Amino acid sequence: MKKILVGLKRVVDFNVRVRVRPDGSGVDTDGVKMSINPFDEIALEEALRIKERGEATEIVAVSIGSSEAQQQLRTGLAMGADRAILVETDGPLDQLSVAGIFLALVNKEKPDLVLLGKQAIDNDNNQTGQMLAALWDRPQATFASKLVLNGSSATVTREVDAGLEVIEVDLPAVVTTDLRLNEPRYVKLPDIMKAKKKPLEHIKVAELDVAVSQELKDLSYEPPPQRSKGVIVEDVAALVSALKAKGLA
Amino acid sequence: MSKVLVIAEHDGSSLNPSTAKCVACASELPDAEVHVAIFSDHGEEVAAQAAQLESVNKVLQIDRAENKHPLAAILAPQVVALAGKYSHLFGPSTTFGKDLMARIAALLKVNQLSDIMSVEGANRFKRPVYAGNAILTVETPPDKPVVATVRTASYQAAESGNNAPVENIEIAAELPRHTRFLELKTGKSDRPDLQTATTVVSGGRALGGSENFDIIYKLADVLGAAVGASRAAVDAGYVPNEMQVGQTGKIIAPDLYIAVGISGAIQHLTGIKDAGTIVAINKDEDAPIFEVADIGLVGDLFKLVPELTEALAT
Ligand SMILES: Cc1cc2nc3c(=O)[nH]c(=O)nc-3n(C[C@H](O)[C@H](O)[C@H](O)COP(=O)(O)OP(=O)(O)OC[C@H]3O[C@@H](n4cnc5c(N)ncnc54)[C@H](O)[C@@H]3O)c2cc1C
Ligand SMILES: Nc1ncnc2c1ncn2[C@@H]1O[C@H](COP(=O)(O)O)[C@@H](O)[C@H]1O
Repeated sequence: MKKILVGLKRVVDFNVRVRVRPDGSGVDTDGVKMSINPFDEIALEEALRIKERGEATEIVAVSIGSSEAQQQLRTGLAMGADRAILVETDGPLDQLSVAGIFLALVNKEKPDLVLLGKQAIDNDNNQTGQMLAALWDRPQATFASKLVLNGSSATVTREVDAGLEVIEVDLPAVVTTDLRLNEPRYVKLPDIMKAKKKPLEHIKVAELDVAVSQELKDLSYEPPPQRSKGVIVEDVAALVSALKAKGLA
Repeated sequence: MSKVLVIAEHDGSSLNPSTAKCVACASELPDAEVHVAIFSDHGEEVAAQAAQLESVNKVLQIDRAENKHPLAAILAPQVVALAGKYSHLFGPSTTFGKDLMARIAALLKVNQLSDIMSVEGANRFKRPVYAGNAILTVETPPDKPVVATVRTASYQAAESGNNAPVENIEIAAELPRHTRFLELKTGKSDRPDLQTATTVVSGGRALGGSENFDIIYKLADVLGAAVGASRAAVDAGYVPNEMQVGQTGKIIAPDLYIAVGISGAIQHLTGIKDAGTIVAINKDEDAPIFEVADIGLVGDLFKLVPELTEALAT
């Protein structure tokens, strides 16, 4: 196997508790910490391990979005990706368009494996990998917690609701990562310096031959209904009577 | 009129309760006609169960040897072959539905809507984003089919009592061979199912080991409860992955949820927002779980949980 394409989406850091803007136009992202989507870090880590085992030769990190996503790509390069591609868009795109952009890059780069996160923790869509696989007419192995490459195919263990499902897919294929696939490495300072010299290519969406749209209209955002803080009981006896009072015990 | 096709989730012999929840959501669409599709190698048994669900107008049974295991790459082209007649294609927001519906959407060249939590109109829906910290109202294009997953925790299962007709359908679609099922490893237990149980007891990192999870199982036994866990407990190997509750695990809505030794990270809370009553047992009175708990008990779980089990048993 030669090339692995990895998606790195820039998202609000998982530790940030986001707030809906008072006018309902979106969530507040001003001055909020942004990071690589956690599942994408796992995807990149997996790619690095595959390369370190000698089963791949090149890792290309891809981000689609504003020019600020360069930061996340630089982090990806510091982790060990060989080069990066930023597809610059003006404004938000729907997920089918994002998958279409990935397809255009796949046709250009001809990777043997595409590793994406199972879900971006901002829109919580959980779609891109499946959509890319469909458009590309190739296999998908979503929610991977184990990935074994055997030449022209891969054996993937998937975290499904019933437990663990093992499937075999022919390559090239799209694999999306779950949390237990691996633990991503930390970036070391010298690697950040070295990463500055690695190639980061900028492409404008218009340069790719893909139709993009925003078909799903986001009408308004609202905060979720809040659960109110309850009572603290003194002891087990008080807990049991509180449960009994609610008819729960 | 809305014509809805619900893609059933099942294990070959029983219909997964997520399907009845999708049907409930589908029936909220204006003037809805609801069909349920059963893809299986021998679908009679499951089709008969689907036919009993209220609001179902017809069950489509598509038997094919390749449908023995639910692989998205195999099922999607078959669903696409049926899609022309429908305004809406729904599946559950389970791992089955998430894997499948996005593949179907892309084959149809439409977007997919994830996690419908309420139907506001034939093309208008609410869904959670940012781990449930914001609720988004979305409008889909009126001239294209709506392909969506239904957030099962937001719906009560459709009742049984119906007797809808079952139609056997043959689909000639050519199916890919690039994806092969090898094995499903499931920790099948006699306990209530986590996603449908009315009471759930979950343990966190504080349990410190898989043997210690025994006290959680014992409490669950006296309550007739299902057992869940935080990600930290699953990552540490105390319990298997299918027990994880939260943003990336199962989203559940039991009447009673008891969180034991769980701090209450946003990603965990996402999974329990719709619970009726939340009880938290934690030794740290400042743990965020107490911000959402209806009843909190501060102290050492290794002392309190056995005490609670004992008190409830008598
Ligand atoms: C992308 C992403 C997705 C995630 N998805 C999920 C998810 O789906 N589900 C999920 O749960 N997490 C998820 N997480 C992880 C989440 O952020 C937390 O790390 C995790 O929930 C913590 O688990 P915990 O509460 O068991 O552990 P901790 O946070 O370590 O909490 C342990 C708690 O136990 C208490 N305790 C310790 N000893 C005792 C004792 N003897 N008696 C009583 N109390 C005691 C402590 O006070 C503490 O509050 C996700 C994280 C990321 C980044
Ligand atoms: N704009 C983007 N840039 C890079 N990767 C993306 C982008 N959007 C989605 N992805 C990839 O697709 C995965 C799933 O995203 P989603 O379908 O939005 O939940 C993410 O974890 C990324 O790996």
